Amino acid sequence: MKDFILPDRDFGTPAAKSKTMVSLVIDGFEVTVPEGTSIMRAAAEIGIQVPKLCATDSIDAFGSCRLCLVEIEGRNGTPASCTTPVAPGLKVTTQNAKLAKLRKGVMELYISDHPLDCLTCSANGDCELQDMAGAVGLRDVRYEAVENHFQPRQNGEANPLYIPKDNSNPYFSYDPAKCIVCSRCVRACEEVQGTFALTISGRGFDSRVSAGLKSDTFLTSDCVSCGACVQACPTGTLQEKSVIELGTPQREVITTCAYCGVGCQFKAEMRGDELVRMTPYKHGKANRGHSCVKGRFAYGYASHSDRILSPMIRDSINDPWKEVSWAEAMEFAANRMKGIIDTHGRHSVGVITSSRCTNEETYLVQKLTRAVFRNNNTDTCARVCHSPTGYGLGQTFGTSAGTQDFDSVEHADVIMVIGANPHSGHPVFASRMKKRLRKGAKLIVIDPRRTETVQGAHYKAAHHLALTPGTNVAVVSALAHVIVTEGLFDEDFIRNRCDWDEFQAYAEFISQPQFSPEAVQLLTGVKAEEVRGAARLYAKGGNGAIYYGLGVTEHSQGSTTVIGIANLAMLTGNVGRPGVGVNPLRGQNNVQGSCDMGSFPHELPGYRHVKGEAVRDIYREVWGVEIDNEPGLRIPNMLDAAVEGTFKGLYCQGEDILQSDPDTKHVAAGLAAMDCVIVHDLFLNETANYAHVFFPGSTFLEKDGTFTNAERRINRVRKVMAPRQGYADWEVTQMFANAMGAEWGYTHPAQIMEEIALTTPSFAGVTYEKLETMGSIQWPCNEKSPEGTPLMHVDGFVRGKGRFINTEYVATDERTGPRFPLLLTTGRILSQYNVGAQTRRTANVVWHDQDILEIHPHDAEQRGIKEGDWVKLASRSGETALRATITDRVNPGVVYTTFHHPDTQANVVTTDFSDWATNCPEYKVTAVQVALSNGPTEWQEEYNAQAAKSRRIAAE
Amino acid sequence: MSHDTETLSPHAKLVTMANQIAKFMESKPHKEGLEGLSNHINDFWEPRMRRHLFELLDAGGQGLRPLVIEAASLIRRPAA
Repeated sequence: MKDFILPDRDFGTPAAKSKTMVSLVIDGFEVTVPEGTSIMRAAAEIGIQVPKLCATDSIDAFGSCRLCLVEIEGRNGTPASCTTPVAPGLKVTTQNAKLAKLRKGVMELYISDHPLDCLTCSANGDCELQDMAGAVGLRDVRYEAVENHFQPRQNGEANPLYIPKDNSNPYFSYDPAKCIVCSRCVRACEEVQGTFALTISGRGFDSRVSAGLKSDTFLTSDCVSCGACVQACPTGTLQEKSVIELGTPQREVITTCAYCGVGCQFKAEMRGDELVRMTPYKHGKANRGHSCVKGRFAYGYASHSDRILSPMIRDSINDPWKEVSWAEAMEFAANRMKGIIDTHGRHSVGVITSSRCTNEETYLVQKLTRAVFRNNNTDTCARVCHSPTGYGLGQTFGTSAGTQDFDSVEHADVIMVIGANPHSGHPVFASRMKKRLRKGAKLIVIDPRRTETVQGAHYKAAHHLALTPGTNVAVVSALAHVIVTEGLFDEDFIRNRCDWDEFQAYAEFISQPQFSPEAVQLLTGVKAEEVRGAARLYAKGGNGAIYYGLGVTEHSQGSTTVIGIANLAMLTGNVGRPGVGVNPLRGQNNVQGSCDMGSFPHELPGYRHVKGEAVRDIYREVWGVEIDNEPGLRIPNMLDAAVEGTFKGLYCQGEDILQSDPDTKHVAAGLAAMDCVIVHDLFLNETANYAHVFFPGSTFLEKDGTFTNAERRINRVRKVMAPRQGYADWEVTQMFANAMGAEWGYTHPAQIMEEIALTTPSFAGVTYEKLETMGSIQWPCNEKSPEGTPLMHVDGFVRGKGRFINTEYVATDERTGPRFPLLLTTGRILSQYNVGAQTRRTANVVWHDQDILEIHPHDAEQRGIKEGDWVKLASRSGETALRATITDRVNPGVVYTTFHHPDTQANVVTTDFSDWATNCPEYKVTAVQVALSNGPTEWQEEYNAQAAKSRRIAAE
Repeated sequence: MSHDTETLSPHAKLVTMANQIAKFMESKPHKEGLEGLSNHINDFWEPRMRRHLFELLDAGGQGLRPLVIEAASLIRRPAA
C-alpha cells in the first residue's frame, strides 16, 4: 500500500544494478540512469509519475494493467513503461491526448467492476485505484457490467461470482470484491517472501486471487502472514484489520523491530498516540522493505492487559505484591541492596542486562554494577545463546563480530546453514536467502532435523547433513579433513592471510584418519559421501557463506564448533569480500548490542578484558571510580554462588532466567536463596515469582535508543508514544543508581551514546546525528572508517593473521542409555518468539498455542504413542508433559520441541551441562525418555500453583 | 516439590568445568595447552570459583585431569 503522509516514493520497478549508464529524454527532460532501468523508473527519478496499478518497486514489472502506456519517438504503438527498458537517446512522452484517452478507457473498465463505496471503504485515502481514477481524470463510467464480482446479489439473485471476505487471518482481511487482479500480492508472496502461498486461479474474467487450494482460507493455506501481500495491494482488498478498525494513520515514525536479531526497520504509523499499524521501511538496510508476522503484526503485547504499570514491592516472595510509588520502590530496593552490600560485601550483588533493551539501557545496567556496586557481576542472556561465538571468533579472527552485512547473501554461491532455521528464527533474512537460492545458489544444511529451511518453494538443499545431536565438532572437523586431505584449500589465501606454520600444524592434526567422514559416520549418523560432497561444494562452489545459530553454540563443545567453522572459512578463503564470511544469526533484537556494551563479567564495553589496566583507566577517568580487575560471575555461577550463600542480590532487566535458563529447579533454588531480586520487565514473568521488587518496564515503542543487529548495524529506536508506566527503562535504571548513591544526570539516551563513543574505540564515530543522516551504522565506526564497516577482515584479520586452532571432538557427558534412550533437541517456530512473553500475548497463538513434541513414527510406535497424545518427557533433571506429533522430520532416536510456553517448562528437562569455554548451556542435547501420560505432571501443576500464588497483588 | 535431582555439587561442577577446558587444551602442544588452560581460568573464573578450585587442588586435586593439576602454578590464587 502506498504511503500518503511522507511518501516513500514508489519508483514502480526495482533499481537496476548495472554500472553502465544510459541517457534519454522524458517529456523534454534529460535523465541518466543505469542500463536495465525501466522507463517508468527513469521518469520517477525526475519526478514524473506515470500512472500505474500493477507496478510497484518491490517486485519485477508485470505489464498487466496497461495504465502506464507511453509513446516513444520512432517506435510503434504505446508500450508499457514498466516493462520497457531505457535505451540511449530515446525520446519518451508520458502524457498527451492519445495517452490520456487510452488510460481513461482502461480505468473505466476497472471501475465498472469495482464497488463505488469509497467513503466507507477502509482504504479511503490510501487507495491507488482511487488515486489513479483522479490522475487520469475519470469522470464517468460508460459501461454497466452485465456480470460483476462485487455485488452480493445481482438481478434479485445471489451473485455466483461474489466471494465474501476472508477474515481467517487474525491481522488482515481479504475482500475479493475490491480486487483488481493486478497480481501484486501474488508476486510479492513469490518474489519478496518466497512462500508461493498465493496464486491467480481461473482465467480472464474468472481470474481470482487464491490462497492455496480452493478449499483453503488464508489461515489454512501456506501463508506465513508476513504482510508482503498487504503491503503490495494497491486497493482495500488486502487490508490490516487495525486500519479497518481505527482508520488511516496520520503520522509515522521510523523505528526498529524488537524481535529477532535481523533488526528490521519499520514505520510505526500512528493516529494520536495510538499505533495503527507497523509497516516495513523500504530504506531499512537489514530488511529492504520486508517483514515477518512478528514485527509486522505481533505488537499487541505492548498494550496487553497483563502489563504491569505500577512499581511493586514485597518483603518475602510468599507475600502478595504491594503497589507503591516509584519513589517508595526505589527506596525499598536501594535499602535492601545497600544492606546486602554492608553485610556480605560488594561482590554479593550483581546485574543481568537485557538483550531486548537498547544499547544505552544495557550500558547503564553494566555501569550500575561496575561503578555503583563496584564489581563485575554482570551477565546477559547471550550467555545462553551466542557466548561461544564471542570466544570462538575472537580466538580465530580476533573479534566476535559477524563478518558480513545481510546484503552479502545476494552474492553467495554456496550457502551453508549450520544449526539454524532461518525460516522460523530469522524469517526476513530467510526470504533474502531463498531469493538467492531460487537464482541458483546451492544450499548445505547441517541440522539434526529436516527443518523448513532444508526445502522450500523452488529450492532444495544440495546436502542435508542430518547429524546426531551433539556431534557438530565431528562433522565440522570431517568437512575440514576432506578439504585438507583432498587439497581443496586456498593456499594463496592461507599464505597471505593466516599464519602458515599454524596452518601446517593444524593440517597435520586434522588430516589424521580419525577425523575422516568414514571414521565418524557411525557416531554422527551422516553418510561419509554426503560429508565429502558438502565439503567439495563449499570449498570449490564459488563464494561460500556460512550462517549459523544456536544449534552450533548451545552445546558442551559450542565454542569448539565455532572455531571449526572459522577454520573452514579460512581454509577456503571465504572471508573478506561480499558473498562469503561467517555469520552468526543472533537470536534477540539487541543481543549483539548487549555484548558490545560490556554485559559480560570479564570485559568492559567493546570487548576489552577487565584485567587491562589501560582500559580500566579510561573508565576510572570518566566514571570516577576504580574498576575491579577480576572477572565477575556469569549467570550460572551467580546461581551457584546464591545456593552457596555468597550471592544475595540481583537486578535483572528484561530477561526471564527462570524460564529461559537450563535446569529450572536449580535456577529457582538460586533465586529463592537471594535476599533481594529486582525484576524490571513488562510483565510479571516467571523470574518475578521469586522477586522482591518489580520495576515495570517500557516497550520499544515508548523510548529512544539504539539496537544493534546481527550485522553489527546500529539502528535507531524511536519513541512513538509516552511510556505507559511513566519512565523509559534507562530512566528507571538511573533512578535506581541514584538511589544507591550515584549521581547520574542523563536527560536523553543520546548523552549515553556520547559516553559510549568517548570510551569505546569501535563506537568512537557513532553519534545520534550521524544515525539520523545515515539511517544506520555498522560498527567499527571510528576515524579509520567514519561511515562504519559493512564487511570485516577485508585486507587482513582484526587480530593480524588468521589463526587455525585444533578442534578435538569430545563427546558430551550427556549420553543416552537404558533410562533415557532418546536425544531431545529444541528450536523455534515462526510465529512465536523465545519464551513467548511477547508473542503469546498476541493473536500469533492461532498458529501455535502450545509446545508440541516431535517424535519419529518408529519411536512413537514402540511406545504406543499416537498423534496428539499427552506424553511425559523425562530427563535426569526433571520431567514435564506435552502433546506429541508424529513426524519423520526428526530421525529415529531424536525428539524435538519448541520452548515458547511456560506451561511446558522444557527447561525443567534440560541439564546443567554447558560449553567448556563460556558455560553456554547445552540446550540442544538432552537424553530423555518419552512415555504416554494423562496430562500435566505434578511438577507442572505445583509450579503453576506457586506462580499463581506469587503473582497475587494486594488490593488497596 | 521434589528436589531430588542429580544436580552436581559446586565442587563437582568445577571439576567438570576444569576438565572440559583441559580436554580442549590437550589437543594443543603441551606448553601451549598449559598456558591456554591457566589463562582461560584466570580470564573467566571469578575469584570465588578459583578459590574453590584451589581448595580442590590443595587437597590433591582428586578428579581433576593431570593438565589442570599441572597448570595450578600458573593459575592466579585469589586474595584471601
